Amino acid sequence: MTAATVLPSDAESLRLRRQGRARRGVQALIYHGLVLALVVVVLYPAVWMLISSFKPSNEIIGNVSLVPEGASWANIQTALNGIGGVSFWTFVLNSLILAVGSVVGILISCSLSAYALSRVSFPGRNVFFTLMIGTLLLPFHVVVIPQYIIYNQLGLVNTFVPLLLGKFLAVEGFFVFLMVQFMRNLPRELDEAARIDGAGHVRIFTSIMLPLMQPAFVTASIFAFIWSWNDFFAPLLYLKKPDLYTLPIALRLYVDQTTTSDYGAQMAMAVLALLPVLLFFLVFQRYLVEGVATQGLKG
Amino acid sequence: MTTYIQTVGLVHEASREAGRRRRRRSEALAGYAFLSPWLIGFVLLTAGPMLASLYLAFTDYDLFGAPTWTGLENFQRLFTDPNYLQAWKVTGSYVLLGTPLKLAAALAVAMLLNTKRRGRGFYRSAFYAPSLIGASVSIAIVWKAMFIDGSIVDRISQFFGAEPGGWVGDPTRTLPMLILLTVWQFGAPMVIFLAGLKQIPTELYEAASMDGAGPVRRFVNITLPMLSPVIFFNLLLETIHAFQIFASAFIISNGTGGPAGSTLFYTLYLYQRGFVDFQMGYAAAMAWALVLVVGAVTALLFRSSRMWVHYSGDAR
Repeated sequence: MTAATVLPSDAESLRLRRQGRARRGVQALIYHGLVLALVVVVLYPAVWMLISSFKPSNEIIGNVSLVPEGASWANIQTALNGIGGVSFWTFVLNSLILAVGSVVGILISCSLSAYALSRVSFPGRNVFFTLMIGTLLLPFHVVVIPQYIIYNQLGLVNTFVPLLLGKFLAVEGFFVFLMVQFMRNLPRELDEAARIDGAGHVRIFTSIMLPLMQPAFVTASIFAFIWSWNDFFAPLLYLKKPDLYTLPIALRLYVDQTTTSDYGAQMAMAVLALLPVLLFFLVFQRYLVEGVATQGLKG
Repeated sequence: MTTYIQTVGLVHEASREAGRRRRRRSEALAGYAFLSPWLIGFVLLTAGPMLASLYLAFTDYDLFGAPTWTGLENFQRLFTDPNYLQAWKVTGSYVLLGTPLKLAAALAVAMLLNTKRRGRGFYRSAFYAPSLIGASVSIAIVWKAMFIDGSIVDRISQFFGAEPGGWVGDPTRTLPMLILLTVWQFGAPMVIFLAGLKQIPTELYEAASMDGAGPVRRFVNITLPMLSPVIFFNLLLETIHAFQIFASAFIISNGTGGPAGSTLFYTLYLYQRGFVDFQMGYAAAMAWALVLVVGAVTALLFRSSRMWVHYSGDAR
């Protein structure tokens, strides 16, 4: 038996290979067609919101089309006019102060706490770590009522203190956990070498850990910003004067006030309120998705 | 001479021991100092308030005056309060239906994306996007506009033979509408599933294919068991999360929980009792009841995980 009888001739093998490639091409086409169709369905509500904000109100409800007949900035204009005499930009500024404040608070408090939990050995460390994980699973409603009573007695309702204090005290265990996981993966030899050179914990934390923590800080900052930006419950409890409202609360008031027919302005305001989040997503999607994949963070 | 050396040795030993102790003490001090933000936060904002609300749960308190001790009255009232029972009905159905559907969607799409084809990164980001914005007030408003009378969804459901009319005003259709909203946010668990699927060694599939196992057998006998720790993680987080839905229900019903109590979710009712009616004691009892139920569900999930979650050497 010669090889020629077993192996297909050159021409035939070429034909088979071409056939295989064609079949794979068709498969890829079907695959991408299917997945893209799914992407369109999933992103439809977001795109519809975006397009609707440029449509006249009577063209929104029941209009499936994503193509506006003649775009107009009228809705955006109406939304930017603000609510009840308070400028739209006041709401933006309030949301911004709280979001930036949360980021700063969370970065400082959670990195310090995470350093203790991952790099210093002291009695009770494991107990504290377990308690911290426990707070992740705890419905926060059980602490909200006494917190409100105390803030109310201290006259801190209608200030930003109730919304920011917790961020500076590492109450959001997710971020502590994220940073602990990150620090545990940094090589221990670094601190040991620094220790031999006589560096204390403060030196090790500031000159070794902080520079290496950048990726974790970026992920934490993005999530801290977006969560604070979208938060509804806490601002609803503590901010009761329109000039202190954040965007979600203002948006809710707006929907409440306007007669249901002005959907255009509602959509415009909804889009404006989400704009920073959408921008963050476009710029930092890598960090966000990787953050979820590795830390199991909630979006 | 020898005694001198011995003494020196002992002194040495003692001072080394003292040094070690000192170092350990300074190490502990550093630990507590670094942990102090979290420690203070835990005592002041978590543990303290938890105890305070446990106390309040046995009192009647309206924010003015002092709480008056009423014993078990709040808890007894819970069992006879039709709104409270309705809140459990709504929340329970939401958790039991929404979470499995969301995870099924997440796993299905993750399987679809778990290939070496091009565009994987783009698809992953696109499907993740709703998770980032889904719980916001903006999306709740959009959802409402998409489901009201004469809306897109109304038209589509009419096309499939449903009665005309919006979903927002129909008590039988508000829950499905909110379940769809949570299923829409399948992206976050999907990303976690994808990371888990990548960890499964391809040799397992190759070996199974060689033994003649079809795609269904491979899914049931390889994918599911190898992925079970990740499934457990997602199930736990999503379940606990689902109990706490608030903003979307609040916006869609305008804070009322209507129509006919069909969106009276647990946290919404708690908000109404605590922060609209200022029945702080009753709301605290509700909060503790929620903690107990969520705790029991968590314990149950952990207990059951022993039967279906497989931790093999290199998985996870």
